[in-house]
Amino acid sequence: MNEHTLKQYDAELENIRARVLQMGGLVEQQIIQGMKGLGEGDLALLDHVIGEDTRVNAAEVALDEACSHIIARHQPAAVDLRMIMTVIKTITDLERIGDEAKKIAKMARKIHGGESGFTPRVELRHVAELAVAMLRQALDAFARLDVAAAADVVRQDKQVDAEFKGILRQIITFMMEDPRTISRGLEIVFIAKAIERIGDHAKNISEYVVYLVKGRDVRHIGLAGIEKEISTP
Amino acid sequence: MNAVTTPTHAMKMGDLTRKDVEHTDEVAMRVENLDLYYGESHALKRVNMTIPRNRVTAIIGPSGCGKSTLLRCFNRMNDLVDACRVEGKILLDGKNVYDPDVNVALLRRRVGMVFQKPNPFPKTIYENVAYGLRIIGVNDKKVLDETVEKSLRGAALWDEVKDRLSESGLSLSGGQQQRLVIARAVALEPEVLLLDEPASALDPISTAKLEELINELKDKYTIVIVTHNMQQAARISDFTAFMYLGELIEFGKTDTLFIKPGQKQTEDYITGRFG
Repeated sequence: MNEHTLKQYDAELENIRARVLQMGGLVEQQIIQGMKGLGEGDLALLDHVIGEDTRVNAAEVALDEACSHIIARHQPAAVDLRMIMTVIKTITDLERIGDEAKKIAKMARKIHGGESGFTPRVELRHVAELAVAMLRQALDAFARLDVAAAADVVRQDKQVDAEFKGILRQIITFMMEDPRTISRGLEIVFIAKAIERIGDHAKNISEYVVYLVKGRDVRHIGLAGIEKEISTP
Repeated sequence: MNAVTTPTHAMKMGDLTRKDVEHTDEVAMRVENLDLYYGESHALKRVNMTIPRNRVTAIIGPSGCGKSTLLRCFNRMNDLVDACRVEGKILLDGKNVYDPDVNVALLRRRVGMVFQKPNPFPKTIYENVAYGLRIIGVNDKKVLDETVEKSLRGAALWDEVKDRLSESGLSLSGGQQQRLVIARAVALEPEVLLLDEPASALDPISTAKLEELINELKDKYTIVIVTHNMQQAARISDFTAFMYLGELIEFGKTDTLFIKPGQKQTEDYITGRFG
């Protein structure tokens, strides 16, 4: 894309793009550290994850304001307008991912802070890695304006959803076999649900990327619809 | 607008004339293979476009792209320019306005024009509006009174001038003068109103009033407006044409053109990337 005649405008847009990616990196770390804290019972790390939410929230507010400024001062059109719309929506999803990571850390704190025992052994690492990979790829797609990568994220979301259902079945089995696992089991369900939601938010971000590049809104049209949209010029 | 076909993105003008405009809107004027030369210089190149009836069509583009030249073709204002040669057709009700048997005075009654700088006659406000009627032989005081009031109301100026109709048109502010000129144009009940940068000499409040007026006028008239102000085109037009170096690059629905233009040149221009 050529540069704007007004260089200041370029600088402001570039600054916003870079800060979205920074915010994305921040929430990605929150999830990774939250899962690490859960696996290792590292309470200090979990507290750190919970505390980081303030930074994520501040980033969202600051970016929202920067977008308002761009609209008021430059009246963006065409691709610039789509970029600003995409950023405004993306940061909402990133902030919610931050909330989900915080939820994971809080549940992990409960699990490790209380007395041990009666905790169902369920494998969450794999689904969490999938969700993190989706987020990373969605942010890459945003950075490189890559619609093929964006469509791939939407595809991966199906896998995360399937994993979540599998985990739910496992936990239900534990609960039925031994009712003493119910309270811990529920906490794990909440963590699994948070991971599944992170996948949904990554998928949303990818859909905004398709809008940014193609100018077509591909929300709510399903994977086949998205693939069709991105294959037409 | 009841769109029969809703294109997902702006198309080149050829497609749009057929699919987008004709099926959904009545055609007021149609430009067919229009070429215009100022001496050796080729100012308009194979322009094809359709002006939908009772809609606002904006023509945008950088200085010297031919947008005012194109606008002036619609009522043959270019006839007044020496060494100007026109090829191709502009159809009004199926009749080529460049046919030799066309009465140009009559054409300009049907296709009125308002210019960049307000140019009221050095006469009273009343006479400015009545002038066009007088030269076509209307002298009945009652008819004139009625038309003057109706036209000034139509141009959203009546309330501001009704008590000073005998004052000079030149005593009005720039924005009022521009609306007076529009009243003068609508007094003859044209079908099409051509506006050449009508707000470029006006302050923001007068501009807003003029834009509101354009919005009201489109119920009765077909409007074609040339503007340097892209935000103005985005605000008031239903269709937008982008011209560059004498060519019509893209013509589409305004919403489409400003969100997802089909041509890279259009995108560069409306986002301020034109080097």
